[in-house]
Amino acid sequence: MAQATRIQITDVSKIYQSETKTVEAVKNFTESVQDGEFVCVVGASGCGKTTLLWCLSGLHPATSGTVHIDGELLTKPLPDRIGMVFQDSNLLPWRTLMENIELPFQIKKKAVNRKLVDELLDVAGLKGFENSYPGELSGGMKQRGSIVRALAQDPEVLLMDEPFGALDAFTREEMNLFLLKVWQQTRKTIVFVTHSISEAIFLADRVWVMSPRPGRLSRIVDVDFPRPRNIDLQFEPKFIEILKSIRDDVEGSKSGKVQ
Amino acid sequence: MATDNLADKIPDFNSSGGNQGGNGPVDISALANLRRAKGLKEIASVIALAIVVVTLLEFILIWTHTEAYVFPKPTAIIHSLFTDFSTLYWKPLTQTVQTFFMGLIIGSTIGLSLAVLVTLKPGLDIFISPYIIILVTTPMVALIPFLMLKFGFGMTPRVIAISLATGPMVMINSATGFRRTNAELIALGKSYGATEFQLFRKIRFPFALPMIIVGFMVGSIFGLLTAVGAEMVGGGMGLGNRLIYFSSLVQMSQFGAVLVIVATFGVGIYSFFTFVNRKWASWDA
Repeated sequence: MAQATRIQITDVSKIYQSETKTVEAVKNFTESVQDGEFVCVVGASGCGKTTLLWCLSGLHPATSGTVHIDGELLTKPLPDRIGMVFQDSNLLPWRTLMENIELPFQIKKKAVNRKLVDELLDVAGLKGFENSYPGELSGGMKQRGSIVRALAQDPEVLLMDEPFGALDAFTREEMNLFLLKVWQQTRKTIVFVTHSISEAIFLADRVWVMSPRPGRLSRIVDVDFPRPRNIDLQFEPKFIEILKSIRDDVEGSKSGKVQ
Repeated sequence: MATDNLADKIPDFNSSGGNQGGNGPVDISALANLRRAKGLKEIASVIALAIVVVTLLEFILIWTHTEAYVFPKPTAIIHSLFTDFSTLYWKPLTQTVQTFFMGLIIGSTIGLSLAVLVTLKPGLDIFISPYIIILVTTPMVALIPFLMLKFGFGMTPRVIAISLATGPMVMINSATGFRRTNAELIALGKSYGATEFQLFRKIRFPFALPMIIVGFMVGSIFGLLTAVGAEMVGGGMGLGNRLIYFSSLVQMSQFGAVLVIVATFGVGIYSFFTFVNRKWASWDA
């Protein structure tokens, strides 16, 4: 099957204006994401990777340039096509896990897709915790819950903003494997922002490396390790080689040595 | 906010007023965080201590031959509470309760509405805040003589004063609660296509509920203060009036009994809202 372009980003710039200065968070960004592709965006703090993601969400429009989803110009959030996962699980603390998963259905005034929710809870290992409040769940469980909430809407695109950034290293590996498993089953198009280069290489088909001030796309790295991948991948020489080269880029761009 | 990290921060939503942080001009929430006694043993020891304190007071008054008009004995107060309740205290109590609740309902309705208004239209905040601060900081009892000239000696001036005492407290705390709502939660709702009303009902309001309850608690206590104070100023009704009446006749055990009723009322308000807080806002522990 020929791959279709799911997300087309054309010459996107985003400028934040504050009283004292103007920051070009993203400058002239042009790239596309194919259907079913897993793209990770990495870069030093302040390189505009989160801003880029928010431009793709339709929540915070670009200052100039365009984003097309399936050929359609993005002007507002697309609740049925785009799901978002944040660094914080953002589960509402006064609702149980199940009630949190039901929230988007309630907002859209749609019947809850019980079958899909059930399947997802099973994959996420959250069966039996439906009636627990977020305060009773571990960090990893909460984040899995928020991913279930997003996937239960069956979006075509999943935008993830450092979703595992606040988790400890072991939980993080677990979550990476969980995400790959889900992705393999559902084949969503995923754009995943992270500051962990190894996480990016481990997950992605392609890694977009960004450099700060102004935030630009400095390099695209194809990652063609076979799937399914397992956690030992990160000790293979080729993995480490890619890791090192991206790291040099990110470090270099921070101190202004590159370009 | 450090402009250096501007590019990486989560964009805020000026259009919806989803600004984070900022506790508003006044934030009186500590009251809700006083520790409660837990378990039978702790509760029993608290009650035991109270009995000891009251008994000790009784004996000190006996030993020092303190006259009743200087300080009434606890037993005399308790005796008066039981024997005179229906004849002396019931009617003024109902009058105070009635004015208090009317003032509370009117004041909190207006306060909550204003809080919603400034949340949905953040620009209005700067125009309303100065008046709210004036109202919060001015003792509303001071308005009573003025209000009486206009509205007579009935309930009206007191209900107005109580509304003015409770409303701003409810407003400030509620507005703070609404404003504190996490910007990411709002973004989450928006990403699911929530309307402004849905955001309010499903996210902002429940998120602010603990603060709203605190607003009601503090507002009610201010309201009771104003109610009793206003009755002491004039009008010939309510518990406050009885305080003046009994003290002028030097009937100190009756005076003490009224005081106990007023205090019980206050503690009742506090306990009620603590209960409500635990019931509906326990997630905010």
